[in-house]
This record gives sequence, structure tokens and C-alpha cells, in this order.
Amino acid sequence: MSALTDLTIAQARKALSDKEITARELTEAHIARVEASSALNAYVLETPEQALQMADASDARLAKGEAGKLEGIPLGVKDLFCTKDVRTTACSNILGDFIPTYESTVTSHLWADGAVMLGKLNNDEFAMGSSNETSRFGPVVNPWRGPNAQQLVPGGSSGGSSAAVAARLGLAATATDTGGSIRQPAAFTGTVGLKPTYGRCSRWGIVAFASSLDQAGPITQNVQDAAIMLESMAGFDRKDTTSVERPVPHYEAALTGDIRGLRVGIPAEYRVDNMPSEIEALWQQGIDWLKQAGAEIVDVRLPHTKYALPAYYIIAPAEASSNLARYDGVRYGVRENGQDIDDMYAKTRAAGFGDEVVRRIMVGTYALSAGYYDAYYVKALQVRRLIADDFAKAYEKCDVLLTPTTPSAAFAIGEQTEDMLQMYLNDVFTVTVNLAGLPGISVPAGMDAQGLPLGLQLIGKAFGEEELLRVAGVIESAAGFNAKADDWWSA
Amino acid sequence: MSVDEKMARRIATLARIGVSDAQLPDLAKELSAILGFVEQLSEVDTTGVKPLTSAVETTMRLRTDEVSDGGYPEDILKNAPEKDDEYFAVPKVVE
Repeated sequence: MSALTDLTIAQARKALSDKEITARELTEAHIARVEASSALNAYVLETPEQALQMADASDARLAKGEAGKLEGIPLGVKDLFCTKDVRTTACSNILGDFIPTYESTVTSHLWADGAVMLGKLNNDEFAMGSSNETSRFGPVVNPWRGPNAQQLVPGGSSGGSSAAVAARLGLAATATDTGGSIRQPAAFTGTVGLKPTYGRCSRWGIVAFASSLDQAGPITQNVQDAAIMLESMAGFDRKDTTSVERPVPHYEAALTGDIRGLRVGIPAEYRVDNMPSEIEALWQQGIDWLKQAGAEIVDVRLPHTKYALPAYYIIAPAEASSNLARYDGVRYGVRENGQDIDDMYAKTRAAGFGDEVVRRIMVGTYALSAGYYDAYYVKALQVRRLIADDFAKAYEKCDVLLTPTTPSAAFAIGEQTEDMLQMYLNDVFTVTVNLAGLPGISVPAGMDAQGLPLGLQLIGKAFGEEELLRVAGVIESAAGFNAKADDWWSA
Repeated sequence: MSVDEKMARRIATLARIGVSDAQLPDLAKELSAILGFVEQLSEVDTTGVKPLTSAVETTMRLRTDEVSDGGYPEDILKNAPEKDDEYFAVPKVVE
């Protein structure tokens, strides 16, 4: 058998149930690998003792034949998920050493199914970023390197999650996606990233960024593991008013590989200027794979696509400015003393928030302020409806859409930090999906000329995760992408 | 719409974020760049379009009006920077 850290969830599940390995052995192998991988800066907090306790409990349940769906599976958790008695910071200074007294619904599902927590994963501060360079804990390094060992970003905001899965520092990781923060990092690291339909996974206990867009999902090594993770993470929760009450399917069963007769839409608007020819070629390759598998290819139009990013950069900051008003130095997090309470608020927030978070709060404050509300905020919400309507019209002609995930492969650390608008363009293909509340998945499908992974994105209908996973499985099989980053980082 | 330093100061005050005079020019420039970028929205004809506030059509659920949670002040106060008995403590607000 291959190294314990090279297993997929499905393989580990079988090895555990066949008693070939124990949960403790599997967890110990991962703890050792995490400890040796600090060069990547993927974990911001390691919880080895807790992991071993959870693994021992898993072994006890396995022995009694009471194994849960994720029994003994070691995972990393994005630091945006509140974890009871374990420091949670959203990678922002303003949360200080916040220790939640409660567990997020999504992670509580994972633990109830027997999963093991290895620790908390790095992300962009409050999930605001596309390169994991705005974290209070510093940037995450992509396990994949550029020419001459150039250090690259792992994407963002779930950069710790994507790097950890690519480097096998956990069999899978939780992540969140507000404008592309699961799918873009997955594309940059050769992993699978699934953003479910809005309302599929509870947002309760996840540090809020933009509540009408935020959605939790997994980053995994392959499509089957994404199905396994989603089945545990998803589900109705009374504590989230936007959680949708509908049964959670057995997603793995959807992976039949049979997509005969399925109509796949190709949106012309995703052919953007200056797109590298490799991405153009990979997209065509994806079309050919699906055609060979018996799908019908349909040209569709999503005419308001170019307005998605501008609408997003009003809506997300507006919601963030409201959500982040809670960080005022009163109930949790750090406090900077001032002459009076207003001065205390201003000093606390100036000291606690990083530059990108300040920019977004200020844009949002401006867009919501008297005199500008209609011109900016309401206008953006109207455009949001036109974008959602575009998808509804496209889905009259097709069942699923195929696009590239990102306009480029991973870029160098520091390369885009000076030009925030350039950075925002990373999400050009992913952000429409959040605005419309649809599910999307990124599947590693090829390499660029420098040997860096590239992803293809599939976009489904609302609550069409089964179909989405089925098509993703076909792309995965056809692409046969099984390259791994060479391990240069282990100490 | 371009943001000048006076406007940047006003937004910072509304957002309760302390900003020094020295930071204002850069901040104004950055906010102007972002607002310049979103300006393209004005090209879109949105006459009669109803704003979309929720991506998933849902009706708010009703629940019985009764206490279903609470009774753990020590948990609520656990992370407070400053507390006094069962209260969050803040600088004096009323003279």
C-alpha cells in the first residue's frame, strides 16, 4: 500500500474498515507530515493532541462496528470555521486569540461522522483575497513551484486548504467560497474544489464575509472525495435562516460516469481577452471529452457576465461593512483603548484590520451611505438579477455549463499585490456563480507550458450537485490528471 | 466618481476606522480606482429590474415565540476584552 498520506478518503475508508490500518496510524502519519511542512505555512494552528484523541475514539467505534461516514479521516479546517475551544481568527488580527465556545454546524457534522481535526488552515483575512497574501499569519506557499523554484501563491481565499490537500497535509479540507475562494485555489493546486448551491451547507458558526454569497464546501484530491465530504457537510440547519430544508442525497451514487444525452452549455462570454492559449485549448479539450462521453454541446449566451465583478465589488463590500461592524473591541477580539468609546472603536478597528479589509469596508460603507445607496448598491442588486436571469435562460437550453476556472495558472507571491484590480480579475469566471447562488466545481484537467495545474469549471443548476459531480467525474477520468507537486518542502 | 481626501475621511468616520492624515491620499486613490472599476454598471439598462437580494427563493420560516437557547453568560463573556460581573465593560459613554 502507498504511504498513508497518499490515500484518498475513499481508499482510507476502505483500509480502515478492512482493518488494514488504524485511525491512529493514519492520523499520526498526517501529524508528522504537517509538522514537517511548516515551509508551506498552510496550517496556522496544529491540534495534534486533539487529533489523536479523536482518532482513538474512531478506532473504538470502528472496533464496535459503529463507524460513521468519515470515521478516522483526518481533515484540515479553514480558520473561518468556529471550532469549540480551538482558536479561530479568520486570519485577522482583530480576532486576537478568540476561542469559540461553540462549533460551526458544518464542522460539527464532520465530527459527528467520525472525522479527525488536524488543525486550522490559513486563509486571506476574513476570506478577502485571491492569493492568501492578506492573512495575519503571512502568505501560504503553493506546493507547485514555477521555473527556477519560484514560489507561487496557492490561490485564495482558501489557500491553506488548497495547499494542504495538494501537499497531502490532510485527506481533505473545509473551505468557503464567496467569489471563487474554493474553486480558484483548487485550480491553482491541482485539487478538486466544490462550491455547493447557496443554502446547501449551513453558514452558522462560519465567520461571515458577505452573507448572501458565502457558502462552505470541500477541497479534495478527487471528485469522489468531494461527493463524500459534501454529503457530510450539507444539510438543513434551523440556526441559519437561509439554510434550505431538503434531503441530502447520497452524492457518491451519482458518480455513474453516464452523461449520454446531457446538454453542456458553452458560454461565449467566457472567452476573454488575453486568455492564455493553453487555457483556451484545455477548454476545447474539455468540450471534446464530454462530447466523446455522449454529451451534446450547446452554445449559450450569458450577456451580463462582464458586469459580474463590478456588481460583486459593490455587493460583497456592502455586506462585509455591515458584517464586520461587530468587531468593535467590546465583545471579543482585541481592544485598543481610546479617549472615549468612539475613539476606542476607531483605534481598535484601525489596529485590527489589514489594508484590504479596510478598503472593502470603506467601499461598502460608501455604497450604503445616504445619497449613494441607489446609485451603487441598488444598481448592483439589479445587475445581480440580470446575471441570475442569464443563467436561468441558459438552462432552458442546457443542463450544465463548462468554462475554465481561472484566466491563468498560479502566479508568483507578490506579483499582484500592488494592483488590486488585477487581483480581483482572478475571480472573473467564478464570481457569477456566487451572485446567482449556483453550485460550481473545479476539476484539475491539464497543465500549462510551465507544468502548472489548470482547472475546468462546471456550473450546475440550483441543487444540481449530483449532476455536477457526475460530469466532473467524467472530466476527471478523461483528463487522467494525477500529477503531484514534487515534495521540496518537507523538513 | 472620484473620492477626494475629504470624502475618504468622511467614509472612515462612518466606518469607525481610525485613519491618519498621512494615509488619506493613498486611500482616496484606491477607493477611486475601485469605484471607477464598478462605474461600468451604469452601462447596463436596469429600468424596471427588481433588485435581487437573495439568490435562493425562500420564504422566512416562522417559529414558536419561545426561548430556545441561552442561559450561559459565562460563555458569552469568555472572550470579552474587559468585563464586569455579567456585563461587557466599555469606556464611559454618558457623563
